[in-house]
Amino acid sequence: MRAAVVVFPGSNCDRDMVVALRQSGADVAKVWHKDADLPQGLDLVAVPGGFSFGDYLRCGAIAAQSPICRAVVDHANRGGYVLGVCNGFQVLSETGLVPGALMRNSGLKFLCKTVGLTVETQDSAFTAAYSQGSEIQVPIAHHDGNYYATEDELKALDSEDRVAFRYSDNPNGSMSSIAGVLSANRRVLGMMPHPERAMDAQMGSADGQALFRALVGQTTQA
Amino acid sequence: MQHLIAIPTFPLPVNFRIRVQICTVRDDNLQDPVITPDLIAAHGLSPDEYDRILEIIGRDPSFTEIGIFSAMWNEHCSYKSSKKWLRTLPTEGPQVICGPGENAGVVDIGDGQAVIFKMESHNHPSYIEPYQGAATGVGGILRDVFTMGARPIAAMNSLSFGSPDHPKTKSLVSGVVAGVGGYGNCFGVPTIGGEVRFDPAYNGNCLVNAFAAGLADTDKIFYSAASGVGMPVVYLGAKTGRDGVGGATMASAEFDDTIEDKRPTVQVGDPFTEKRLMEATLELMATGAVISIQDMGAAGLTCSAVEMGDKGNLGVRLDLEKVPTRELNMTAYEMMLSESQERMLMVLKPELEEQAKAVFDKWDLDFAIVGETIAEDRFLIVMNGEVKADLPLKALSGTAPEYDRPWVETPAAEPLGDVPHIDPIDGLKMLISSPNYAAKQWVYEQYDSQVMADSLRTPGMGSGIVRVHGTQKALAFTSDVTPRYVAANPFEGGKQAVAEGYRNLTAVGALPLATTDNLNFGNPEKPEIMGQFVGAIKGIGAAVAALDMPIVSGNVSLYNETDGSGILPTPTIGAVGLIADADDAITGLAREGHMAILIGETNGHLGQSALLAEVFNRVEGDAPPVDLASEKKHGEFIRTNSAWVTACSDLSDGGLALAAFEMAEAANVGVSLDTEGTAELFGEDQARYLVACNFDQAEALLAAAGNLGVPATCVGRFGGTQVSFGAQQTELSELSTIFRNSFADAVT
Repeated sequence: MRAAVVVFPGSNCDRDMVVALRQSGADVAKVWHKDADLPQGLDLVAVPGGFSFGDYLRCGAIAAQSPICRAVVDHANRGGYVLGVCNGFQVLSETGLVPGALMRNSGLKFLCKTVGLTVETQDSAFTAAYSQGSEIQVPIAHHDGNYYATEDELKALDSEDRVAFRYSDNPNGSMSSIAGVLSANRRVLGMMPHPERAMDAQMGSADGQALFRALVGQTTQA
Repeated sequence: MQHLIAIPTFPLPVNFRIRVQICTVRDDNLQDPVITPDLIAAHGLSPDEYDRILEIIGRDPSFTEIGIFSAMWNEHCSYKSSKKWLRTLPTEGPQVICGPGENAGVVDIGDGQAVIFKMESHNHPSYIEPYQGAATGVGGILRDVFTMGARPIAAMNSLSFGSPDHPKTKSLVSGVVAGVGGYGNCFGVPTIGGEVRFDPAYNGNCLVNAFAAGLADTDKIFYSAASGVGMPVVYLGAKTGRDGVGGATMASAEFDDTIEDKRPTVQVGDPFTEKRLMEATLELMATGAVISIQDMGAAGLTCSAVEMGDKGNLGVRLDLEKVPTRELNMTAYEMMLSESQERMLMVLKPELEEQAKAVFDKWDLDFAIVGETIAEDRFLIVMNGEVKADLPLKALSGTAPEYDRPWVETPAAEPLGDVPHIDPIDGLKMLISSPNYAAKQWVYEQYDSQVMADSLRTPGMGSGIVRVHGTQKALAFTSDVTPRYVAANPFEGGKQAVAEGYRNLTAVGALPLATTDNLNFGNPEKPEIMGQFVGAIKGIGAAVAALDMPIVSGNVSLYNETDGSGILPTPTIGAVGLIADADDAITGLAREGHMAILIGETNGHLGQSALLAEVFNRVEGDAPPVDLASEKKHGEFIRTNSAWVTACSDLSDGGLALAAFEMAEAANVGVSLDTEGTAELFGEDQARYLVACNFDQAEALLAAAGNLGVPATCVGRFGGTQVSFGAQQTELSELSTIFRNSFADAVT
């Protein structure tokens, strides 16, 4: 599987994402935000966490206008896989690849802790290795993770089984406790929690491994 | 005159346009003020110091020159009251690659790698403007670390606030914590430890001590000494504004009721620019273009340029019209004293200028060649062809005043009166109801403790641990001091701060390597305050020598007084330890059926204890004596027998009772201790650890201790759902609720 991790000047989870993907068997390259093209033959683009452009203006808003993001949108439109984590989710929501928006946490504070997530669907390359309804432990670290979507968008997410994860104990005010959502073709996942920080029991949780293993395995077969 | 609003300068994608219209109303014909005694005093220079300036330069200084002298000679930059005593601290050892004097200390961790770290205060700015003061404190210490070529891998913060009931405390706590988080989170360094304390002595002066550590290869460490004549002096990073002008001088003065007027002396931070500055600096270093480098911190351009010239025995010429500015009509005085953040000064190899430029352009950072190194001993400041300052450079740092301030020994503490017996469960409840001893997750959950995905232990339980990326090694970090002890007995209190750091590192299985000290005291011109300082330094010196943890960097913050009332003496010690194999780190939790083994001797020392302060509201008695030989012996015992230790905690504030409770609470398992004696449970005797392990491990541990003459006793066991001390007991869940909620209840 060939993967690329997008690097904005304020990305700070790019290395962690590269490590997690490599550990899971992917062939990974980093791509710079000023690049207009992605490498040829790519299966997956990962948009990592961090503060892409300092979170100035609005989280992810400036990043979504960068040259590389047009290439990411094209990649998604061609049916390629895209994973956006934390700030990456915010960027994807700004590009419109996934529905909804991420607002300031209801507690108005940055929040970093390991939380329980319920796996809502197994029907995606990202979640295929989990059992539906199981709870996994994954860290969150964000100031703006309060998921908002319109009533119609929420209905569509539910009826099309596109909510990937919900918080077991909603930490940030997200609508319907949504922690991660899939695109209509189920090949784009945006999620606030950091699976790349849950790769090793020594760090408190290895529950993120299944996401990357399934993703790398699936796309390698395809 | 109207100040312009600073606009964050982030690079915008090519298709993104904004239009900003700026209107300015400003007198373009400002004349430099005339030098008067009032002006000299306003620069924090004494009449004697001014005479000394006249002697050095043989004429009246210009306004810019007065500013430069005040920047170089204030307490914050010159250490003029503390230098004499700092020199007595042990700073060397086989593990030390570079001790104090550079931006941060450098310590060998084997395999050609080094950990580079320092702790620094941002007390005065944080009291005036908590968010930006704390944020730029974090920014400053991170810059110190990456200036030396190290990528920051861990941060900590030691915070001291006034009484929770004081009207300013809540806003200071929320502002400081948000500022620390706002900067560190965006920059992308895990904040893995720290302290938060409350005491009325900090009502008028909070303390914000920021620690950062980075990782570098030992053959790729960068220093500040310039070399070579005619080399370009390059400015990199954010543009220069008027923020922070005079900040270092402000930080060297006591506060009074004009404090609100000092707000413009506080710098404004931009962590996004700092992140880019770090990446660009590290990339630039990899090209081989950097000869020397110095970050612009306190006293900005002045301090950094003088330092580079002084260490390299060179002069420096700066042409100020080339300095990138973000405000109009800045004077030479303002540029030389600005403390705008996220700026670097470096001397580059001219032949590699193109490679350097490519790096700056990639990260969209401003850079400019603003001067050159010169052969004469001269600090020459020119603006549009006009000489604004022309000073002997060596004299600026080399002849800074140094004082042997009078000091008196802190009188011996009165003996402790009778302490009534209390129900130990009630005593524990009162301790954990205090924000001093309650769980601090309200604070540390606002800090990203896991970015970089190497954090093995995040805040909340003694030392923080991060893996050395890509290796089996790990580093442990802790920051410690018990100001009550230092106030009662500066010598023992100084020793104790180091010993507690040693124990916290040991308790996770780390070998203590070295320390950084952040010495926060009141007005050194008062002999009793100077006496606290001297006593603490002597104690710290004795302890770091005995425990082989040399001081490799540090910072002194004096004049922490408001309206003549000083803080508790607070010499914060940041300590770093090495875990050779991360799999051997002691990071386990107590389990059902585990034995509770107490290592060390219990005499029941209640003087200056947490119990006395929080439950009886008495600040009384002497600090506990620290027997450094026992500290070393017991520490070595824990480290060599770590295979038999599942979980471990050092005993400090709150003694055995609080340590046992915290271990039980973290594991969500009950604990029962045999004793219900107040002194046994809450005494704060030093050199002690509490270990949780299974029966077989306990037998082995007790046998080993017997052979070595290390005091070790089984004091109870973990298990069940209750906390019991002798016959007194309650549900762990009830205590846990108090422990988890008291902090937020006190500060929100």
